[in-house]
Amino acid sequence: MEEKTPILSVRNLNVKFSLRGKVLHAIRDVSLDLYKGETLAIVGESGSGKSVLTKTFMGLLDQNGWIDSGSILFQGKDLAKYKTEKEWLTIRGGEIAMVLQDPMTSLNPLKTIGAQIREALMLHRSMNKSQAYQRTIELLNDVGIPDPVRRIRQYPHEFSGGMRQRVVIAIALACNPQILICDEPTTALDVTIQAQILHLIRDLVKKYALTTVYITHDLGVVANVADRVAVMYAGDIVEIGTSREVFYDARHPYTWALLSSLPQLGHRGEKLFSIQGTPPNLYAEIKGDAFAPRNPHALKIDFERRPPLFQVSPTHWARTWLLHPDAPSLDPPEVLQRLRQEEWQ
Amino acid sequence: MSEQPILSVRDLKVDFGSHRKPFHAVRGVSFDVFRGETFGLVGESGSGKTTIGRAIIRIYEAAGGEILFRGQRISGRISKDLDREVTRKIQMIFQDPMASLNERAKVDYIVAEGLYNTDRRLTQEQRRQKVEQALLDVGLLPEFASRFPHEFSGGQRQRIGIARALIMQPEFIVADEPISALDVSIRAQVLNLMAELQKERGLTYLFISHDLSVMRFICDRIAVIHKGLLMELADTETLFRHPLHPYTQALLSAVPMPSPDLRQDEPPVLYDESMHDYSVHLPVWCEIEPGHFVRGSEPELEAYRKIIAEG
Repeated sequence: MEEKTPILSVRNLNVKFSLRGKVLHAIRDVSLDLYKGETLAIVGESGSGKSVLTKTFMGLLDQNGWIDSGSILFQGKDLAKYKTEKEWLTIRGGEIAMVLQDPMTSLNPLKTIGAQIREALMLHRSMNKSQAYQRTIELLNDVGIPDPVRRIRQYPHEFSGGMRQRVVIAIALACNPQILICDEPTTALDVTIQAQILHLIRDLVKKYALTTVYITHDLGVVANVADRVAVMYAGDIVEIGTSREVFYDARHPYTWALLSSLPQLGHRGEKLFSIQGTPPNLYAEIKGDAFAPRNPHALKIDFERRPPLFQVSPTHWARTWLLHPDAPSLDPPEVLQRLRQEEWQ
Repeated sequence: MSEQPILSVRDLKVDFGSHRKPFHAVRGVSFDVFRGETFGLVGESGSGKTTIGRAIIRIYEAAGGEILFRGQRISGRISKDLDREVTRKIQMIFQDPMASLNERAKVDYIVAEGLYNTDRRLTQEQRRQKVEQALLDVGLLPEFASRFPHEFSGGQRQRIGIARALIMQPEFIVADEPISALDVSIRAQVLNLMAELQKERGLTYLFISHDLSVMRFICDRIAVIHKGLLMELADTETLFRHPLHPYTQALLSAVPMPSPDLRQDEPPVLYDESMHDYSVHLPVWCEIEPGHFVRGSEPELEAYRKIIAEG
């Protein structure tokens, strides 16, 4: 985050889906700046809209979804206006690339992994066969696959889960993208493999000067990779700040609740904190603060008017009425102090 | 904890594949689980942790060794009565509540299915009451009995899975990754529920998971399994504070901590089996200090003892 130039700016984005005759408001008026060279993590529960948000950057919304209003500025162009596949092909892969959760579904089982990496190189960077071959070997070396000359002729089923994910990362990097979106890249992997892949991504981010968006629900992963963290709830970013600000100085009651329910903060024999109720129904119009019905400290205004983003520090914002000067002061739950303690070695 | 273990696994072996070319999924595992405790079994995919759980509830046959439940052998050939007893007293909670419930059956039937199979003398009315009580016990409304699984969220479905186990009034529950497929906020709810039920009914859990951070919170003792063999077994705090086996250490170092200041910038510690030299001294499973077991050869055990003596 040395340079403070946004590489991608989302402004007042609204995304809707039509499902069984009803309209679902998946992204509700989200604005977000992504700065060059940073790693931003987006956390949230399933259904919070974290994947949908990043899919709009690549034109990968499902057919029944559309951008209702708002803009996504990238390199002077508004991606929200892109309609045809032809337009998207100039962005997809070449400028913005994605690593998905399950490596088995993102690779073609009928093609050798060499052919799949080469495809990207020949299509996007118009290399000839031998150039592409050379580059493929380099890429496989970069992502830490031993003996690439032999591996290049093998099929996905001959690789282990961790190795497959490395191949997917190699494909994503093949076209030197500006932005790398990692959608739960390690959720399907074992912890030891996860640690290796996270380490690999961090190395590659430096080497290729990538800007990374990390989507995950695992706060442990977030703490290990992110420069900045955005917390999403019901299609809205409720808090955003640097990693330390969000973990050690959270302001939104939802962030408090999310952090408090971490099993790591519990003590055996005590009850874990848990969030009551369920996330709101996005088919219905949401009035006020979406988290209010589940928030034991909700104020009256929380049910009536949507809070604006209050600024906490130059890098930290939270969307909660608690930050209004007239709001009663409320201390974060005590259990959050355990986050700072080094009692887990 | 009482002296007599409720469940003993003795040198258990489980094989898959043909008899001529078997694959040894579990290669001789022994441990005791005591009444009222939560015993954790942690390992990576393919380590055999789920296979052990399934061998205990008699889905898989043991190829060697034996399993004792309340002092009685329940592996291999057993009498019909004992089989019915075991099916009742040992229940399982599965990982993915989206996949483990019959989509075409109503909650009523899903929860009562075990009763249909073991207690045919129950009247319709008694059965209905039992289902209602089981649903209440897990924090669901009795009205839910007439709904289908797809009408519920992930957390509610996992509660249905727990109700289905509870209705049999089990003593021992094998929980195979019961919260891995759930969202962070829902995990806490399910863990709390499991802890509450344990306190009320004196249940014993075998908690199978790959997630050490969760296990620290709920397990009394933890066994670490790797490629079908136990590597280390100790009470939770000992295992976290003084892990002896290099595999346990590698596993612990890989757990991401939810605190940016504890970020690990060094490459993760890797475990390589070839680091052990077992050509001269064969590894044994040894109780190195009371309640703390570790697998190693004689020279390795000597080194571990030194570490313990130095504190």
